Amino acid sequence: MKNLSLYKLSTLFKTQYANMLEYRAEIALWAISGVIPFFMLNIWTNNGLNESINISNVMLSRYFLSAFFVRQFSVVWVVFTFEEDALLGRVSPYIIQPLHPFIRYFAQHIAEQITRFPFALFIAILFFIFNPQSVWIPSLLTIIISIFSTFFSFLIQFLMQSIIASFCFWTEKASSIEKLLFIPTLFLSGLLAPVASFPYYVKTWIYFTPFPYLIDFPATILSGNQTKIIEGILMQLLWIILFFFIFNKVWKSGTKKFTAMGL
Amino acid sequence: MNIKKYLKVYYYFNYSSFSIELEYKINLFIDLVTSILGLIGSVFLLSIFFSNTNEIAGWTFNQALIIQGIYTILNGVTNTWFNPNLKEIVKHIREGTLDYVLLKPIDSQFWISFNKIAPTGLIEIVLGVFVLSYCFYLNDISFSISSLIFLIITLICSVSILYSLWFLISTTTIWFVKTWNATEVLRSFLYMGRFPMDSFSLSLRIFFSTVIPITFITTIPSEVLLGLSPEWKIILEVFVATTFLIISRRFWKFALRFYTSASS
Repeated sequence: MKNLSLYKLSTLFKTQYANMLEYRAEIALWAISGVIPFFMLNIWTNNGLNESINISNVMLSRYFLSAFFVRQFSVVWVVFTFEEDALLGRVSPYIIQPLHPFIRYFAQHIAEQITRFPFALFIAILFFIFNPQSVWIPSLLTIIISIFSTFFSFLIQFLMQSIIASFCFWTEKASSIEKLLFIPTLFLSGLLAPVASFPYYVKTWIYFTPFPYLIDFPATILSGNQTKIIEGILMQLLWIILFFFIFNKVWKSGTKKFTAMGL
Repeated sequence: MNIKKYLKVYYYFNYSSFSIELEYKINLFIDLVTSILGLIGSVFLLSIFFSNTNEIAGWTFNQALIIQGIYTILNGVTNTWFNPNLKEIVKHIREGTLDYVLLKPIDSQFWISFNKIAPTGLIEIVLGVFVLSYCFYLNDISFSISSLIFLIITLICSVSILYSLWFLISTTTIWFVKTWNATEVLRSFLYMGRFPMDSFSLSLRIFFSTVIPITFITTIPSEVLLGLSPEWKIILEVFVATTFLIISRRFWKFALRFYTSASS
């Protein structure tokens, strides 16, 4: 029994990976569209703005490179796929299958991340060529911890979007709710500016929200800047559990409301 | 005669897309909240930059706010007119429905660029005008007819450049079929239009004024407003905008030669 579900999962991953490999060029472009952190780094260092927040040029460039990496491996688009599938009526056969439809989307995301890895690495190498002083090799432990926290960040975002995607059962345009969520993710996650640089009145409450754990926290670990690792991981796990319960609730009541669309 | 026909068609385009969009009333509200939050977010980011300094690359906080205003207006224009249509181009080419567009007795570029309108973007334009007028007060800008005319000219040019960039990228769909992610790349580059171009290093400044001319899109109109822009910059912008428009037109005609429909 257990072997069978394992077999299902691995087949699912393999087919999705093959599918993603077909769209290499697309994924490469997507990787390029993640270069915003590098532009932000340019503004910070070019104007000496980082002196006031006590992060040196080198540490800041490592931070933004890490932020780029974390972002690359925590991008989630499940709401858009699910919305399309729901509107075109593809969800109906998925629901009948003895496999939760979101496992399929989950496999898609993981497969896409694997496809994306070489492109992200290539961009990082380019970055190092232009900024040779910022080259660093994190310790094995740091790498392992940051991989885990990046994966947790991915899980948080995947669950958040899955909750929104489940709203598709009630409304036809769930993706516009996602736009609403994207704004705080963009500005508070640390993609554009490290949370350390935020004013005091924001820092007092921001750590109680899921946002700094999406990019700032994993990126800070990977770049070797100071942070409270254990507290951060615990907060990430807390959000994952919370969102998982909410998702389950919404999904259950949503499938009861489900009216098939399309053919 | 001809212009009349196009205006009439355009009126019907607007009429039908408005009625479609108004079906999703809650969406309008969500988009209003999204645009306000987005503006708050970028002002917040700007305030972080200025938290320990009064001036970045010669721009004060109040002056940089002008760029935010102009960016918000132009982003609204993109979301109202360009985005919804260009999404459709990709779909038309993928599904082969471009055939029907080409068969219509009307210019295909016109049809494909103006067929849809998303009224939610208009909210952003209003918001941007609001910010801009507040900036007038903040920066004590004395208003003259000539500066207003120059501002309008540069804004028209910015919109033309933006349109051409979006249209050029969408046109490449004819060869690559799926260009959705290429527009993402453009979007993330355009995002940098929120900041004064002088704050970037020289190499990036060159990149942003030649490869993707963001400098012309937001920074120059803001300089015009502040009276900092010499005439040659305005003339250059007009020149760049015209070039881009011509290229986008030529490129569309050229690309159509390679269009080989889809499905059966």
